[in-house]
Amino acid sequence: MKLKGRTWKFGDNIDTDAIIPARYLNTSDPAELAKHVMEDADRDFPSKVKEGDLIIAEANFGCGSSREHAPIAIKAAGIQAVVAKSFARIFYRNAFNIGLPIFESEEAAKKISEGDEIEIDASRGIIRNLSKKEEYRAKPIPPFMRELISAGGLIEWTKKRVRAS
Amino acid sequence: MTITEKILAAHAGKEKVSPGELINARVDLVLANDITAPISIREFRKIGAKDVFDRDRIALIPDHFAPQKDIQAAEQCRMLRDFSREYDLGLYFEVGRMGVEHALLPEQGLVVPGDLVIGADSHTCTYGALGAFSTGVGSTDVASAMATGECWFRVPETMKFIYYGKLNRWVSGKDLILHTIGDIGVDGALYRAMEFEGEAISSLPMAGRLTMCNMAIEAGGKNGIIVPDVVTEEYVTGRAKREYTLYTSDNDASYVDVREYDCSRIPLTVSCPHLPSNTRPAEELSSIAIDQVVVGSCTNGRIEDMREAAEIIKGRKVSSNTRMIVIPATQQIYLEAVREGLAEIFVEAGAVFSTPTCGPCLGGHMGILAKGERAIATTNRNFVGRMGHPESEVYLSNPAVAAASAVLGRIATPGEVQ
Ligand code: SF4
Repeated sequence: MKLKGRTWKFGDNIDTDAIIPARYLNTSDPAELAKHVMEDADRDFPSKVKEGDLIIAEANFGCGSSREHAPIAIKAAGIQAVVAKSFARIFYRNAFNIGLPIFESEEAAKKISEGDEIEIDASRGIIRNLSKKEEYRAKPIPPFMRELISAGGLIEWTKKRVRAS
Repeated sequence: MTITEKILAAHAGKEKVSPGELINARVDLVLANDITAPISIREFRKIGAKDVFDRDRIALIPDHFAPQKDIQAAEQCRMLRDFSREYDLGLYFEVGRMGVEHALLPEQGLVVPGDLVIGADSHTCTYGALGAFSTGVGSTDVASAMATGECWFRVPETMKFIYYGKLNRWVSGKDLILHTIGDIGVDGALYRAMEFEGEAISSLPMAGRLTMCNMAIEAGGKNGIIVPDVVTEEYVTGRAKREYTLYTSDNDASYVDVREYDCSRIPLTVSCPHLPSNTRPAEELSSIAIDQVVVGSCTNGRIEDMREAAEIIKGRKVSSNTRMIVIPATQQIYLEAVREGLAEIFVEAGAVFSTPTCGPCLGGHMGILAKGERAIATTNRNFVGRMGHPESEVYLSNPAVAAASAVLGRIATPGEVQ
């Protein structure tokens, strides 16, 4: 799987209240949530972001609440993947569970500038910066997480187990 | 092994587990609320399971936007009720019988020592105070666990935090945890277990322990945990609705990091905007004017917190420049506060005394900040926009500091009013 697109850059500790503020959580409709994605980090983001874009962030992306609305809003806004130096743990598992590709790479987080075109070779964990002509490595994805991805997320994975039992 | 590793191993049916290992483990209780359960319910239906794994081990609690604040919130709450009826769930809590989830479950003895609990709410880590492994997960995890009774985990490394000596006057579990987060940062315990111990923890009442474990997530932690002792046993006796197991950490258990604190040097601590790690001694913040004070939440909405705030505010008035909102975390605490005369103290002081809800803690309802307004709250998060407008501010403190600030209309220490 190759993911190619333009990047938006964010800093450290982007919390789930910045990704999708609680004032919009009286719904879980992905399209509604997408209208406010990243709004408290960048007011204009929902109008600027385009289908196929990618988010690059520094440390502890997605910290704070467990709301799955956060990765859902990102995915529904058409963002293909998030690359960060590190992810908060509940966001990390939610992303895998719902099938939002995420990659941990300190180097990529540091070197990619906003607007750079990048291409991610997901299966090999290689991030190419087409604008700067550089290449970075993402941390390998643990085998179980790969199993989740290939099953199509946690629900599909569970479905198989429920049927088998 | 550490207590965290032992509980995980026992629930995964293994002799031993080690940090980094991915395991599938049996859960004792699954929890979701009116924000997260609607997604869990939707996803659960996609699985096509014939039934839930155990109708008495799924707790659905409407507390965030409940009592239902608008039509959309009402629709979400109704999903919890309908689902609970459809599957005949034993642990659905209607408005008027509910409370903020993490205060309610330990209070009702529904979480016990040795449990493995997951909840679609990040502050599920609260129950570590009872010597349980509990952690926040996503709605999809809850959906899967409702069907199978299992969940996947990465066994965390454990960090140990030792608190020596005695606490200064008015310094509480809240100050210890804020101080600790200030020390290690909001990702200082990322993916890790935080085990709290030491003299100060042994003498800390259960309320303060729950407050500490509640905020483990604010340091990025997977769970906070305290090895059960006499305080734990006293708390669960007469309360526990199930058999429990008391686990301890082995003497040769391994820790990735050990931090030690001298409690005589931990002051009344306040987290400044916009991160819980942005801590300062309360006494250095006396020039900060306050528009709103909130006492409540799963962090500090227990009866002990109500008593502490009432002690400060008794016979005094909330400053004319400030509004104060007091929210007991559960129906039981609400009733106790009424019986003990605390409700009267708050109302006479000119404060709001509300029915249990998360309300303003997450900027939901019941006390939202306008642009430029500033609050001091006993809650756990002060991110941008957490309590309302993105240009409002939240300071975090213990209940005594919050109450003193209400009296003086600025950040204040209890000593300044008493
Ligand atoms: S009181 Fe606040 S932190 Fe606790 S569960 Fe409710 S919203 Fe979350």
